[in-house]
Amino acid sequence: MSFQGFRRDDGTVGTRNHLLTISTVVCANQVAVNVANNVEGVVHITHPLGCGHLGADFMRVFSALVGFGRNPNVAAALVVGLGCENVPAKLVADEIAKSKKPVQYINIQDEGGTLKATKRGMEILLGLSEEASEFEREKCDLSELILGLECGGSDATSGLVANPAVGVAADMIVRAGGTVILPESTEWIGAEHLLAKRAINEETVKKIYATVDKYISKVLSLGIDIRGTQPTPGNIAGGITTIEEKSLGNICKAGHSPIQGLLEYEEKPPGKGLYLMDEPGLDVESITGLAAAGSQIITFTTGLGTPVGSPIAPVIKITGNHRTFEKMGDNLDIDVSPVLEGKETLQQSGERILKEIQVVASGKMTKAEILKNREFAVYRAYQYMV
Amino acid sequence: MVSKALVMGPNDNVATVIEDVEPGTSVPVTVEGKTRNIKVKQRIPFGHKFAVSKISKGDKVIKYGEVIGLATQPIEEGEHVHVQNVESVYSKELVQERRERK
Repeated sequence: MSFQGFRRDDGTVGTRNHLLTISTVVCANQVAVNVANNVEGVVHITHPLGCGHLGADFMRVFSALVGFGRNPNVAAALVVGLGCENVPAKLVADEIAKSKKPVQYINIQDEGGTLKATKRGMEILLGLSEEASEFEREKCDLSELILGLECGGSDATSGLVANPAVGVAADMIVRAGGTVILPESTEWIGAEHLLAKRAINEETVKKIYATVDKYISKVLSLGIDIRGTQPTPGNIAGGITTIEEKSLGNICKAGHSPIQGLLEYEEKPPGKGLYLMDEPGLDVESITGLAAAGSQIITFTTGLGTPVGSPIAPVIKITGNHRTFEKMGDNLDIDVSPVLEGKETLQQSGERILKEIQVVASGKMTKAEILKNREFAVYRAYQYMV
Repeated sequence: MVSKALVMGPNDNVATVIEDVEPGTSVPVTVEGKTRNIKVKQRIPFGHKFAVSKISKGDKVIKYGEVIGLATQPIEEGEHVHVQNVESVYSKELVQERRERK
Protein backbone atom coordinates (compact mmCIF):
# COMPACT_ATOMS: atom_id res chain seq x y z
CA MET A 1 0.00 0.00 0.00
CA SER A 2 1.32 3.40 -0.93
CA PHE A 3 0.75 7.15 -1.18
CA GLN A 4 2.39 10.05 -3.01
CA GLY A 5 4.65 11.93 -0.61
CA PHE A 6 7.67 14.24 -0.41
CA ARG A 7 10.88 12.46 0.45
CA ARG A 8 13.17 14.52 2.71
CA ASP A 9 16.96 14.46 3.01
CA ASP A 10 16.81 12.72 6.40
CA GLY A 11 14.83 9.82 4.87
CA THR A 12 11.44 10.77 6.30
CA VAL A 13 8.42 11.40 4.09
CA GLY A 14 6.04 14.35 4.15
CA THR A 15 2.39 14.46 3.11
CA ARG A 16 2.68 18.24 2.67
CA ASN A 17 5.35 20.63 1.46
CA HIS A 18 4.87 23.54 3.84
CA LEU A 19 7.11 26.51 4.35
CA LEU A 20 6.84 27.21 8.07
CA THR A 21 7.47 30.42 9.97
CA ILE A 22 7.94 29.76 13.68
CA SER A 23 7.61 32.52 16.24
CA THR A 24 9.72 31.57 19.26
CA VAL A 25 8.10 34.07 21.62
CA VAL A 26 4.87 36.01 21.93
CA CYS A 27 6.82 39.23 21.26
CA ALA A 28 7.77 37.99 17.77
CA ASN A 29 4.27 36.86 16.73
CA GLN A 30 3.42 39.92 14.62
CA VAL A 31 6.62 39.78 12.57
CA ALA A 32 6.05 36.05 12.00
CA VAL A 33 2.53 36.85 10.76
CA ASN A 34 3.72 39.76 8.59
CA VAL A 35 6.29 37.58 6.88
CA ALA A 36 3.96 34.60 6.42
CA ASN A 37 1.09 36.69 5.06
CA ASN A 38 3.24 38.24 2.35
CA VAL A 39 4.85 35.14 0.90
CA GLU A 40 2.84 32.51 -0.96
CA GLY A 41 2.41 29.08 0.59
CA VAL A 42 3.73 29.92 4.06
CA VAL A 43 2.05 28.69 7.25
CA HIS A 44 3.02 30.08 10.63
CA ILE A 45 2.82 29.21 14.30
CA THR A 46 2.21 31.92 16.87
CA HIS A 47 1.45 31.43 20.58
CA PRO A 48 1.52 33.24 23.94
CA LEU A 49 4.66 31.33 25.03
CA GLY A 50 8.44 31.57 24.69
CA CYS A 51 9.66 33.35 27.82
CA GLY A 52 9.95 32.59 31.53
CA HIS A 53 9.76 28.81 31.11
CA LEU A 54 11.62 26.65 33.60
CA GLY A 55 12.96 23.10 33.34
CA ALA A 56 10.42 20.64 31.99
CA ASP A 57 8.10 23.45 30.91
CA PHE A 58 10.90 24.97 28.80
CA MET A 59 11.42 21.59 27.14
CA ARG A 60 7.71 21.27 26.30
CA VAL A 61 7.71 24.60 24.45
CA PHE A 62 11.14 24.07 22.88
CA SER A 63 10.27 20.54 21.69
CA ALA A 64 7.00 21.75 20.16
CA LEU A 65 8.77 24.40 18.06
CA VAL A 66 11.63 22.09 17.08
CA GLY A 67 9.25 19.17 16.43
CA PHE A 68 7.14 21.28 14.09
CA GLY A 69 10.24 22.42 12.21
CA ARG A 70 11.50 18.86 11.91
CA ASN A 71 8.15 17.33 10.89
CA PRO A 72 8.58 15.95 7.34
CA ASN A 73 5.48 17.92 6.22
CA VAL A 74 7.71 21.01 6.49
CA ALA A 75 10.03 21.60 3.52
CA ALA A 76 11.89 24.56 5.04
CA ALA A 77 11.54 26.82 8.05
CA LEU A 78 12.17 30.38 9.18
CA VAL A 79 12.47 30.95 12.93
CA VAL A 80 11.59 34.44 14.16
CA GLY A 81 12.66 35.56 17.63
CA LEU A 82 12.87 38.83 19.51
CA GLY A 83 16.43 38.29 20.76
CA CYS A 84 16.29 38.28 24.56
CA GLU A 85 13.72 35.51 25.11
CA ASN A 86 14.14 32.30 27.06
CA VAL A 87 13.56 30.11 23.96
CA PRO A 88 16.28 31.46 21.60
CA ALA A 89 15.62 31.42 17.85
CA LYS A 90 19.17 30.25 17.08
CA LEU A 91 18.82 27.22 19.37
CA VAL A 92 15.49 26.27 17.76
CA ALA A 93 16.94 26.68 14.25
CA ASP A 94 20.07 24.65 15.11
CA GLU A 95 17.95 21.75 16.37
CA ILE A 96 15.70 21.83 13.28
CA ALA A 97 18.80 21.88 11.05
CA LYS A 98 19.68 18.39 12.35
CA SER A 99 16.86 17.09 10.12
CA LYS A 100 18.99 18.37 7.19
CA LYS A 101 16.27 20.70 5.89
CA PRO A 102 16.87 24.37 5.01
CA VAL A 103 16.26 26.53 8.09
CA GLN A 104 17.20 30.10 8.96
CA TYR A 105 16.48 32.45 11.85
CA ILE A 106 16.20 36.17 12.53
CA ASN A 107 15.96 38.21 15.71
CA ILE A 108 13.95 41.45 15.67
CA GLN A 109 16.46 43.16 17.99
CA ASP A 110 19.37 42.26 15.67
CA GLU A 111 17.54 43.37 12.52
CA GLY A 112 16.56 46.72 14.02
CA GLY A 113 12.77 46.64 14.45
CA THR A 114 9.61 45.28 12.90
CA LEU A 115 9.98 46.72 9.40
CA LYS A 116 13.57 45.59 8.87
CA ALA A 117 12.87 42.17 10.41
CA THR A 118 9.80 41.72 8.20
CA LYS A 119 11.82 42.66 5.11
CA ARG A 120 14.68 40.31 6.05
CA GLY A 121 12.24 37.49 6.84
CA MET A 122 10.52 37.91 3.47
CA GLU A 123 13.86 37.86 1.65
CA ILE A 124 14.78 34.59 3.36
CA LEU A 125 11.39 33.02 2.61
CA LEU A 126 11.61 34.09 -1.02
CA GLY A 127 14.74 31.96 -1.39
CA LEU A 128 13.37 29.05 0.65
CA SER A 129 10.13 29.11 -1.34
CA GLU A 130 11.91 28.81 -4.69
CA GLU A 131 13.88 25.87 -3.38
CA ALA A 132 10.89 24.12 -1.75
CA SER A 133 8.63 24.54 -4.77
CA GLU A 134 10.90 22.23 -6.75
CA PHE A 135 10.16 19.23 -4.52
CA GLU A 136 7.94 16.68 -6.26
CA ARG A 137 5.70 13.96 -4.86
CA GLU A 138 6.88 10.41 -5.36
CA LYS A 139 5.52 6.97 -4.54
CA CYS A 140 6.05 6.19 -0.86
CA ASP A 141 5.17 3.15 1.20
CA LEU A 142 2.44 3.31 3.84
CA SER A 143 5.07 2.08 6.32
CA GLU A 144 6.55 5.62 6.19
CA LEU A 145 3.42 7.11 7.75
CA ILE A 146 2.97 8.11 11.38
CA LEU A 147 -0.77 8.39 12.00
CA GLY A 148 -1.93 10.36 15.05
CA LEU A 149 -5.30 9.49 16.62
CA GLU A 150 -7.43 12.10 18.34
CA CYS A 151 -11.07 12.36 19.37
CA GLY A 152 -13.11 15.15 20.88
CA GLY A 153 -16.67 16.37 21.24
CA SER A 154 -17.67 12.72 21.60
CA ASP A 155 -21.22 11.38 21.72
CA ALA A 156 -22.82 7.91 21.79
CA THR A 157 -21.84 7.28 18.15
CA SER A 158 -18.11 7.77 18.91
CA GLY A 159 -17.64 4.49 20.82
CA LEU A 160 -20.20 2.69 18.66
CA VAL A 161 -18.91 3.39 15.17
CA ALA A 162 -16.39 6.22 14.62
CA ASN A 163 -13.67 4.97 17.00
CA PRO A 164 -14.00 1.23 16.15
CA ALA A 165 -13.92 2.10 12.42
CA VAL A 166 -10.73 4.14 12.89
CA GLY A 167 -9.38 1.14 14.85
CA VAL A 168 -9.82 -1.01 11.74
CA ALA A 169 -7.81 1.53 9.69
CA ALA A 170 -5.15 1.85 12.43
CA ASP A 171 -4.65 -1.93 12.47
CA MET A 172 -4.27 -1.96 8.68
CA ILE A 173 -1.58 0.75 8.87
CA VAL A 174 0.32 -1.19 11.56
CA ARG A 175 0.02 -4.39 9.49
CA ALA A 176 1.44 -2.46 6.50
CA GLY A 177 4.49 -1.61 8.63
CA GLY A 178 3.41 1.92 9.59
CA THR A 179 3.22 3.73 12.92
CA VAL A 180 0.21 4.85 14.96
CA ILE A 181 0.17 7.07 18.08
CA LEU A 182 -2.65 7.02 20.66
CA PRO A 183 -2.61 10.06 23.00
CA GLU A 184 -5.22 11.12 25.66
CA SER A 185 -3.74 9.25 28.65
CA THR A 186 -6.44 10.47 31.07
CA GLU A 187 -8.94 8.51 29.01
CA TRP A 188 -7.08 5.24 29.54
CA ILE A 189 -8.27 5.20 33.18
CA GLY A 190 -10.42 2.09 33.60
CA ALA A 191 -8.69 0.21 30.81
CA GLU A 192 -5.03 0.62 31.79
CA HIS A 193 -4.84 -3.08 32.73
CA LEU A 194 -6.09 -3.96 29.23
CA LEU A 195 -3.52 -1.67 27.58
CA ALA A 196 -0.79 -3.09 29.86
CA LYS A 197 -1.71 -6.61 28.71
CA ARG A 198 -0.96 -5.56 25.12
CA ALA A 199 2.43 -3.98 25.92
CA ILE A 200 5.40 -5.80 24.41
CA ASN A 201 7.72 -5.32 27.40
CA GLU A 202 7.74 -4.81 31.16
CA GLU A 203 9.07 -1.25 30.87
CA THR A 204 5.99 -0.22 28.90
CA VAL A 205 3.68 -1.97 31.38
CA LYS A 206 5.25 0.03 34.23
CA LYS A 207 4.99 3.28 32.27
CA ILE A 208 1.30 2.70 31.51
CA TYR A 209 0.43 2.18 35.20
CA ALA A 210 2.67 5.06 36.33
CA THR A 211 1.09 7.45 33.81
CA VAL A 212 -2.49 6.59 34.77
CA ASP A 213 -1.63 6.63 38.51
CA LYS A 214 -0.19 10.13 38.09
CA TYR A 215 -3.59 11.48 36.96
CA ILE A 216 -5.60 9.43 39.48
CA SER A 217 -3.38 10.73 42.35
CA LYS A 218 -3.67 14.35 41.16
CA VAL A 219 -7.45 14.16 41.33
CA LEU A 220 -7.39 12.10 44.57
CA SER A 221 -5.42 14.96 46.15
CA LEU A 222 -8.54 17.07 45.62
CA GLY A 223 -10.58 14.46 47.50
CA ILE A 224 -12.23 13.02 44.38
CA ASP A 225 -11.87 9.49 43.06
CA ILE A 226 -12.79 9.82 39.38
CA ARG A 227 -12.73 6.06 38.97
CA GLY A 228 -15.66 5.57 41.37
CA THR A 229 -17.99 7.83 39.38
CA GLN A 230 -17.71 5.90 36.09
CA PRO A 231 -19.74 5.01 34.11
CA THR A 232 -22.19 7.81 34.88
CA PRO A 233 -25.95 7.12 35.22
CA GLY A 234 -26.35 8.65 31.74
CA ASN A 235 -23.74 6.24 30.34
CA ILE A 236 -25.55 3.29 31.95
CA ALA A 237 -28.90 4.41 30.50
CA GLY A 238 -27.15 4.58 27.12
CA GLY A 239 -25.98 0.97 27.42
CA ILE A 240 -22.45 1.32 28.86
CA THR A 241 -22.12 -1.31 31.59
CA THR A 242 -18.63 -0.85 33.10
CA ILE A 243 -15.77 1.67 33.26
CA GLU A 244 -13.73 -0.75 31.12
CA GLU A 245 -16.33 -0.57 28.36
CA LYS A 246 -16.46 3.23 28.51
CA SER A 247 -12.68 3.64 28.27
CA LEU A 248 -12.47 1.05 25.49
CA GLY A 249 -14.98 3.10 23.51
CA ASN A 250 -12.22 5.68 23.24
CA ILE A 251 -9.06 3.60 22.95
CA CYS A 252 -10.55 1.14 20.45
CA LYS A 253 -9.59 3.72 17.80
CA ALA A 254 -6.05 2.35 18.15
CA GLY A 255 -7.22 -1.10 17.04
CA HIS A 256 -5.83 -4.30 18.51
CA SER A 257 -2.11 -4.10 17.73
CA PRO A 258 0.57 -4.80 20.35
CA ILE A 259 1.81 -1.66 22.15
CA GLN A 260 5.47 -0.97 21.39
CA GLY A 261 6.03 1.76 23.97
CA LEU A 262 4.74 4.82 25.78
CA LEU A 263 6.03 8.16 24.51
CA GLU A 264 6.41 11.40 26.40
CA TYR A 265 4.43 14.34 25.01
CA GLU A 266 6.01 15.38 21.66
CA GLU A 267 8.41 12.39 21.66
CA LYS A 268 9.13 10.83 18.27
CA PRO A 269 8.36 7.09 18.13
CA PRO A 270 11.68 5.18 18.10
CA GLY A 271 10.24 2.41 15.87
CA LYS A 272 7.22 1.21 13.93
CA GLY A 273 3.89 -0.06 15.21
CA LEU A 274 1.44 1.24 17.81
CA TYR A 275 2.67 3.68 20.49
CA LEU A 276 0.89 5.44 23.34
CA MET A 277 1.59 9.10 24.16
CA ASP A 278 1.14 10.74 27.57
CA GLU A 279 -1.11 13.75 26.98
CA PRO A 280 -4.20 14.63 29.01
CA GLY A 281 -6.79 14.76 26.24
CA LEU A 282 -7.18 18.40 25.24
CA ASP A 283 -7.85 18.47 21.51
CA VAL A 284 -5.43 21.12 20.26
CA GLU A 285 -2.65 20.24 22.72
CA SER A 286 -3.04 16.65 21.61
CA ILE A 287 -2.85 17.46 17.88
CA THR A 288 0.17 19.70 18.55
CA GLY A 289 1.93 16.91 20.47
CA LEU A 290 1.23 14.43 17.67
CA ALA A 291 2.56 16.78 14.96
CA ALA A 292 5.64 17.63 17.08
CA ALA A 293 6.28 13.87 17.39
CA GLY A 294 6.41 13.63 13.59
CA SER A 295 2.84 12.59 12.67
CA GLN A 296 2.30 13.53 9.03
CA ILE A 297 -1.44 12.86 9.23
CA ILE A 298 -4.06 12.82 12.00
CA THR A 299 -7.57 11.37 12.26
CA PHE A 300 -10.03 13.11 14.57
CA THR A 301 -13.25 11.32 15.54
CA THR A 302 -16.09 13.46 16.82
CA GLY A 303 -19.78 13.16 17.59
CA LEU A 304 -20.68 16.83 18.05
CA GLY A 305 -18.31 18.26 15.42
CA THR A 306 -15.31 20.60 15.70
CA PRO A 307 -13.41 22.86 13.29
CA VAL A 308 -9.85 22.45 14.67
CA GLY A 309 -6.83 21.56 12.57
CA SER A 310 -3.05 21.86 12.64
CA PRO A 311 -0.69 24.32 10.90
CA ILE A 312 1.29 21.45 9.36
CA ALA A 313 -0.56 18.11 9.58
CA PRO A 314 -3.77 17.36 7.71
CA VAL A 315 -6.51 16.45 10.22
CA ILE A 316 -9.26 14.15 8.87
CA LYS A 317 -12.55 14.59 10.78
CA ILE A 318 -14.69 11.48 11.09
CA THR A 319 -18.15 11.26 12.63
CA GLY A 320 -20.68 8.49 13.19
CA ASN A 321 -23.44 11.04 13.75
CA HIS A 322 -25.25 11.74 10.49
CA ARG A 323 -27.08 14.79 11.88
CA THR A 324 -23.75 16.35 12.87
CA PHE A 325 -22.34 15.59 9.42
CA GLU A 326 -25.32 17.33 7.81
CA LYS A 327 -25.18 20.28 10.20
CA MET A 328 -21.38 20.81 10.26
CA GLY A 329 -20.38 19.40 6.90
CA ASP A 330 -17.90 22.23 6.38
CA ASN A 331 -15.83 20.88 9.30
CA LEU A 332 -16.14 17.13 8.68
CA ASP A 333 -14.56 14.85 6.10
CA ILE A 334 -16.00 11.36 6.57
CA ASP A 335 -19.45 10.15 7.63
CA VAL A 336 -19.39 6.59 8.99
CA SER A 337 -23.05 6.68 10.07
CA PRO A 338 -24.00 4.20 7.27
CA VAL A 339 -22.85 1.57 9.81
CA LEU A 340 -25.67 2.69 12.12
CA GLU A 341 -28.16 2.40 9.28
CA GLY A 342 -27.00 -1.15 8.57
CA LYS A 343 -25.68 -0.08 5.15
CA GLU A 344 -22.00 -0.65 5.85
CA THR A 345 -19.94 -2.85 8.20
CA LEU A 346 -17.29 -1.50 10.57
CA GLN A 347 -14.71 -3.27 8.42
CA GLN A 348 -15.96 -1.45 5.28
CA SER A 349 -15.95 1.90 7.11
CA GLY A 350 -12.40 1.24 8.30
CA GLU A 351 -11.31 0.47 4.74
CA ARG A 352 -12.95 3.71 3.56
CA ILE A 353 -11.04 5.65 6.26
CA LEU A 354 -7.74 4.03 5.23
CA LYS A 355 -8.39 4.99 1.60
CA GLU A 356 -9.07 8.61 2.64
CA ILE A 357 -5.84 8.61 4.69
CA GLN A 358 -3.94 7.54 1.54
CA VAL A 359 -5.68 10.14 -0.64
CA VAL A 360 -5.16 12.96 1.89
CA ALA A 361 -1.54 11.86 2.42
CA SER A 362 -1.15 12.20 -1.37
CA GLY A 363 -2.39 15.81 -1.41
CA LYS A 364 -6.19 16.03 -1.10
CA MET A 365 -6.96 18.83 1.33
CA THR A 366 -9.06 18.27 4.44
CA LYS A 367 -11.86 20.64 5.45
CA ALA A 368 -9.68 21.98 8.29
CA GLU A 369 -6.93 22.83 5.77
CA ILE A 370 -9.30 24.43 3.27
CA LEU A 371 -10.82 26.62 6.00
CA LYS A 372 -7.35 27.49 7.39
CA ASN A 373 -7.80 25.88 10.80
CA ARG A 374 -4.22 26.02 12.06
CA GLU A 375 -4.54 25.78 15.85
CA PHE A 376 -1.44 25.38 18.00
CA ALA A 377 -1.31 24.87 21.78
CA VAL A 378 1.31 23.25 24.01
CA TYR A 379 0.53 20.99 26.98
CA ARG A 380 2.45 22.87 29.66
CA ALA A 381 4.41 21.10 32.38
CA TYR A 382 3.52 23.78 34.89
CA GLN A 383 1.87 27.06 34.20
CA TYR A 384 2.80 29.22 37.17
CA MET A 385 5.87 29.86 39.25
CA VAL A 386 5.03 29.09 42.85
CA MET B 1 -23.55 -8.80 5.44
CA VAL B 2 -24.89 -5.83 7.37
CA SER B 3 -26.88 -6.08 10.56
CA LYS B 4 -28.76 -4.14 13.22
CA ALA B 5 -26.19 -5.36 15.73
CA LEU B 6 -22.47 -4.69 15.75
CA VAL B 7 -19.76 -7.03 16.95
CA MET B 8 -16.86 -4.72 17.79
CA GLY B 9 -13.85 -7.01 17.94
CA PRO B 10 -12.33 -10.47 17.79
CA ASN B 11 -13.64 -12.99 20.37
CA ASP B 12 -16.53 -10.72 21.40
CA ASN B 13 -19.41 -12.57 23.08
CA VAL B 14 -21.76 -9.57 22.98
CA ALA B 15 -23.26 -7.54 20.13
CA THR B 16 -24.37 -3.90 20.40
CA VAL B 17 -27.68 -2.99 18.77
CA ILE B 18 -27.94 0.10 16.57
CA GLU B 19 -31.71 0.43 16.92
CA ASP B 20 -34.25 -0.64 19.56
CA VAL B 21 -34.92 -4.38 19.16
CA GLU B 22 -38.15 -5.98 20.44
CA PRO B 23 -38.24 -9.34 22.31
CA GLY B 24 -38.36 -12.38 20.01
CA THR B 25 -36.74 -10.56 17.06
CA SER B 26 -34.20 -12.59 15.10
CA VAL B 27 -31.09 -10.46 14.60
CA PRO B 28 -28.37 -11.50 12.14
CA VAL B 29 -24.96 -11.29 13.82
CA THR B 30 -21.59 -11.80 12.16
CA VAL B 31 -19.03 -13.38 14.46
CA GLU B 32 -15.60 -14.13 12.96
CA GLY B 33 -16.93 -14.04 9.41
CA LYS B 34 -19.92 -16.33 10.07
CA THR B 35 -23.39 -14.83 10.09
CA ARG B 36 -26.26 -16.42 11.98
CA ASN B 37 -29.55 -15.30 13.46
CA ILE B 38 -29.90 -14.80 17.19
CA LYS B 39 -33.34 -14.45 18.78
CA VAL B 40 -33.20 -11.74 21.46
CA LYS B 41 -34.99 -12.55 24.71
CA GLN B 42 -35.76 -9.05 26.02
CA ARG B 43 -36.23 -5.59 24.56
CA ILE B 44 -32.72 -4.26 23.80
CA PRO B 45 -32.57 -0.46 23.54
CA PHE B 46 -30.24 1.35 21.10
CA GLY B 47 -26.63 1.17 22.28
CA HIS B 48 -27.26 -1.79 24.62
CA LYS B 49 -25.85 -5.31 24.27
CA PHE B 50 -27.06 -8.89 24.01
CA ALA B 51 -25.09 -12.14 24.34
CA VAL B 52 -24.11 -13.85 21.07
CA SER B 53 -23.25 -17.05 22.94
CA LYS B 54 -23.97 -18.59 26.34
CA ILE B 55 -21.92 -16.96 29.10
CA SER B 56 -21.52 -18.87 32.39
CA LYS B 57 -21.43 -17.20 35.79
CA GLY B 58 -17.94 -15.79 36.38
CA ASP B 59 -17.03 -15.88 32.67
CA LYS B 60 -15.46 -12.93 30.88
CA VAL B 61 -17.75 -10.59 28.97
CA ILE B 62 -15.84 -9.46 25.87
CA LYS B 63 -16.45 -6.37 23.73
CA TYR B 64 -13.93 -4.51 21.51
CA GLY B 65 -11.93 -7.76 21.81
CA GLU B 66 -11.26 -6.98 25.50
CA VAL B 67 -12.73 -7.97 28.86
CA ILE B 68 -15.31 -5.38 29.92
CA GLY B 69 -16.43 -7.34 33.03
CA LEU B 70 -17.47 -10.70 34.48
CA ALA B 71 -20.91 -12.34 34.37
CA THR B 72 -22.54 -12.31 37.84
CA GLN B 73 -25.07 -14.95 36.74
CA PRO B 74 -25.50 -17.32 33.78
CA ILE B 75 -26.40 -15.41 30.59
CA GLU B 76 -28.23 -17.15 27.75
CA GLU B 77 -27.64 -16.41 24.06
CA GLY B 78 -29.87 -13.48 23.07
CA GLU B 79 -30.17 -12.16 26.63
CA HIS B 80 -29.71 -8.48 27.53
CA VAL B 81 -26.18 -8.00 28.92
CA HIS B 82 -25.91 -5.05 31.27
CA VAL B 83 -25.45 -3.96 34.91
CA GLN B 84 -27.96 -6.59 36.13
CA ASN B 85 -25.71 -9.49 35.07
CA VAL B 86 -22.20 -8.02 34.62
CA GLU B 87 -19.74 -6.49 37.08
CA SER B 88 -16.62 -4.49 36.39
CA VAL B 89 -13.36 -6.20 37.37
CA TYR B 90 -11.79 -2.76 37.65
CA SER B 91 -14.45 -1.35 39.98
CA LYS B 92 -14.40 -4.49 42.14
CA GLU B 93 -10.64 -4.16 42.61
CA LEU B 94 -11.13 -0.46 43.33
CA VAL B 95 -13.54 -1.22 46.19
CA GLN B 96 -11.00 -3.72 47.51
CA GLU B 97 -8.23 -1.11 47.29
CA ARG B 98 -10.34 1.41 49.25
CA ARG B 99 -11.14 -1.15 51.97
CA GLU B 100 -7.41 -1.90 52.31
CA ARG B 101 -6.63 1.81 52.54
CA LYS B 102 -9.12 2.17 55.39
